Amino acid sequence: MSFIPKPKVAHPSLPKNELGLTRRDYEGVMSTLCAGCGHDSVTAAIIEAVWGLSIRPEQVVKLSGIGCSSKTTAYFVSGGHGFNSVHGRMPSIATGAIAANKDLYYIGVSGDGDTLSIGFGQFAHAIRRNINMLYIIENNGVYGLTKGQFSASADIGSKTKRGEENLQPPIDPVVAGLTLGAGFVARSFSGDKQQLVPLIQAGLKYKGFALIDVLSPCVTFNDHEGSTKSYRFVREHYDEVVHADFVPPAQEITIQYSPGEAIPVTMHDGSRIVLRKLDERYDPTRRGKAYNYLRDRLAKGEYVTGLIYIDEKGRDFHEVNGTTDTPINQLPYEVLTPGAAALEQIMSRYR
Amino acid sequence: MLQPADSQERVNDFVIKLANVNGTGSASANTLLVKSIFRMGVPVMGKNYFPSNIQGLPTWYEIRVSRDGYVARSGRVDIMVAMNAETYAKDLKEVSPGGYLIYDSTWPRPALLKRDDITIFGMPFARMCNETFQGVRARILLKNIMYAGALAALLDIDLDIMRTMLGETYGRKRDLLDSNVRALEMGYAYAKEHFACPLPLRIAPMNKTADYIMIDGNTAAALGCLYAGATVGVWYPITPSTSLMDAFKALCQKWRVDPVTGKRNYVIIQAEDELAALGAVLGASWNGARAFTPTSGPGISLMNELIGLAYYAEIPAVIFDVQRVGPSTGMPTRTQQCDILLAAYASHGDTRHVLLFPNSPEECFYLSVQAFDLAERLQTPVFVMSDLDIGMNDWMCPVLKWDDSYRPDRGKVLSKEEIERLDKFYRFLDKDGDGIPYRTLPGVHPKGAYFTRGSGHSQFGTYTEDSTEYQIVLDRLKRKFDTAKKLVPSAVFEGRNEHDLGIVSIGSCDGAVREALDLLKRRGIRADYMRVRAFPFGEEVEEFLAAHSLVFVVEQNRDAQLRSLLTLETSVDKAKLRSILHYSGLPIPSSVVVDGVLAGLGEPVERFADVSAGRA
Repeated sequence: MSFIPKPKVAHPSLPKNELGLTRRDYEGVMSTLCAGCGHDSVTAAIIEAVWGLSIRPEQVVKLSGIGCSSKTTAYFVSGGHGFNSVHGRMPSIATGAIAANKDLYYIGVSGDGDTLSIGFGQFAHAIRRNINMLYIIENNGVYGLTKGQFSASADIGSKTKRGEENLQPPIDPVVAGLTLGAGFVARSFSGDKQQLVPLIQAGLKYKGFALIDVLSPCVTFNDHEGSTKSYRFVREHYDEVVHADFVPPAQEITIQYSPGEAIPVTMHDGSRIVLRKLDERYDPTRRGKAYNYLRDRLAKGEYVTGLIYIDEKGRDFHEVNGTTDTPINQLPYEVLTPGAAALEQIMSRYR
Repeated sequence: MLQPADSQERVNDFVIKLANVNGTGSASANTLLVKSIFRMGVPVMGKNYFPSNIQGLPTWYEIRVSRDGYVARSGRVDIMVAMNAETYAKDLKEVSPGGYLIYDSTWPRPALLKRDDITIFGMPFARMCNETFQGVRARILLKNIMYAGALAALLDIDLDIMRTMLGETYGRKRDLLDSNVRALEMGYAYAKEHFACPLPLRIAPMNKTADYIMIDGNTAAALGCLYAGATVGVWYPITPSTSLMDAFKALCQKWRVDPVTGKRNYVIIQAEDELAALGAVLGASWNGARAFTPTSGPGISLMNELIGLAYYAEIPAVIFDVQRVGPSTGMPTRTQQCDILLAAYASHGDTRHVLLFPNSPEECFYLSVQAFDLAERLQTPVFVMSDLDIGMNDWMCPVLKWDDSYRPDRGKVLSKEEIERLDKFYRFLDKDGDGIPYRTLPGVHPKGAYFTRGSGHSQFGTYTEDSTEYQIVLDRLKRKFDTAKKLVPSAVFEGRNEHDLGIVSIGSCDGAVREALDLLKRRGIRADYMRVRAFPFGEEVEEFLAAHSLVFVVEQNRDAQLRSLLTLETSVDKAKLRSILHYSGLPIPSSVVVDGVLAGLGEPVERFADVSAGRA
């Protein structure tokens, strides 16, 4: 952790977004994570992404469970409410929060322990319900706060700092997300801001459950030789298959992509994600193919990154439920109560 | 013609028990009987003792006709309708001397004739059905309606009311209506022809049910949720609470769909388990919706983790615990009050929770509404401690009424304008001295944003591991609980400082205790009565305990949980609290209370037949 307090005054030359806010307006409290922690880079990418989308800070709701990753929701967008809940239960808290108010941006930050072990059931059911949220897993293959035990995402043969070898197969969150039916599945790397920021923006604008698994090395417990979640290993073994650029609704697509290479995908609010395929054979709109591709590459020990799968036509939780347009936490009581006369009518059934 | 063994006339004061096999459609016949008696203006109670099973196991239904309006079991059985061969022997034994037994004589049972202190009527229900109706299912179902018809003749129940009721049930299904009416009339005619009808035990019309309804507690609680303005209901199916959400769903489909758009002004979520159910309730409440979850003991066990979070992070939640028999899976379809201590102190660490104890479906309705107000006012989970007896049985209660001037108490939630005027917002600061801080909702104002956490926090809302900062918050939570004492519904009394002897009870024990008070009075034993309606206990509870030299505590669990809670949370001398405990899984009869008090006072005990209760 660093101990230098941030200056309170922002420099006038700092760039401003459409709301006239600078990146500083989207920061949170000082991180208490280890210096060099991958999670802090993800935090920076979230700040960049939310600032870039010109989302009002109070429209952001930050949710997390327990673990190093879950602490990070305090480190960005102080102007939005945060809920650091209990271990593995963030998806259910998010479900309820989203049920109550569908009009806010919900960012869940979780870890591999929080999501793939104690919270795997809730994770699966959040996907199944297709709640409209961005769910980021900061995946480092290790339990940090309890000092270095393997997590469920640790690869076979990966070694702890002391040389102990992991013998159990990993649960891969991207494979899980694909098979459970998530409509937006991405993987990225905390060290690749160019890739991560537009993915976060696309995930925030995606209407439904958007999953981004971010390989985010633990410098203290899992950044050594023999680890498959170290900075070095990830850099050497990751391969972007589809790059996503986010284009806001009003903006023209100015970057030139050669035809066939660029796939624009229009989101519910009119914004677009332009996908650039970096592997000719790959098709991010076909779940089965994406799954096969991913599985083959995983078998070779390679991390496929980028926007791996997208289905922008899925119906989110509220569409399926048929919820009214006004967020239900804002419905006046007069709309909710049937009134005394109605009760009299109801009572006749029980006479 | 067979003559009854005992011709003592008892009008509108007896107990009918119906022994059936579950899944054979007996419920509709039994409801028909209860409701017909009710519509004749005669107070009646109906209780269903059913197995945790879909089809094939024994099930009983008990109907108590009580001209005096007693709502509890009496502990006796005057008429047994023994339709289940498997339980014949047991059912026969249970009939009180002078009573009656009706059985299906298609298969003669000479062994039944062993008792000569009761009257036994045989009626060939199966044979009559087989000869009259087509289809196996219809024959089985209509046997039940046939015995209802026979009882109508024996007990002088108004056949027209029964026909009307069948009409209401089957309405446009002409075939079904015809066959049901036919079965009813055949049963009636057979009984008229073969037995001395009516029996000395019979129904005579009264005028005592005019402003009453027959309703179950889960439905009434669901109505409470609807009228309280709850918009988010989350649950994991579990007996005996499931019907609460079923009822809420049905009510929402009728009353909460926007008439113009057809869209829903509610969200109901069937969660993956009870942890997720409460998690979603907390998320929704935190975000400003009124949210609730119905569950039972095993669900509360699972929810413990999140109950602690809600307590410490100060998030409103309404939890219905429709209690069933524990421990563990226990007997899911039997009743108890066995979660009192679990709920009072749920979750690790120093936690105490607000509990409300309805005594009837009527109170399920009113206390549900109050539960939401309290949860939001106090920013904490509030438990409505119902039980299977209240929740799943139809009780006779006064018509539920609504006051249109009601507005929900949303508690200390700051509006956008209020936040705007603040210099800085501190989530956990006790500004008013009542232990209740102010809260804000997401999306309203960036200045109102705060970080909710289950980890140590200061009164300003920041993370802390500082001892003093931690204790300031923990001590304030205690003060908040003291404030709760003044806000929760007070105990209900029947005589306060009139006698040395006191009786304390809770929830569904109420009916049995009230009847017992009358029965004891006839024997010259007088007692004051207090029914506790909430935890934390108010001053009035303390005073009542102090004012009596001997207090019987009546409750439905083995370990005297209410008594334990009273000794822990009041200054009462433990020695003067005597327990009367009933934990067989069947609702407590008044006889248990009478016997318990008599035994406790060293008086001779007249034991009523209470085989079914398996009294300990």
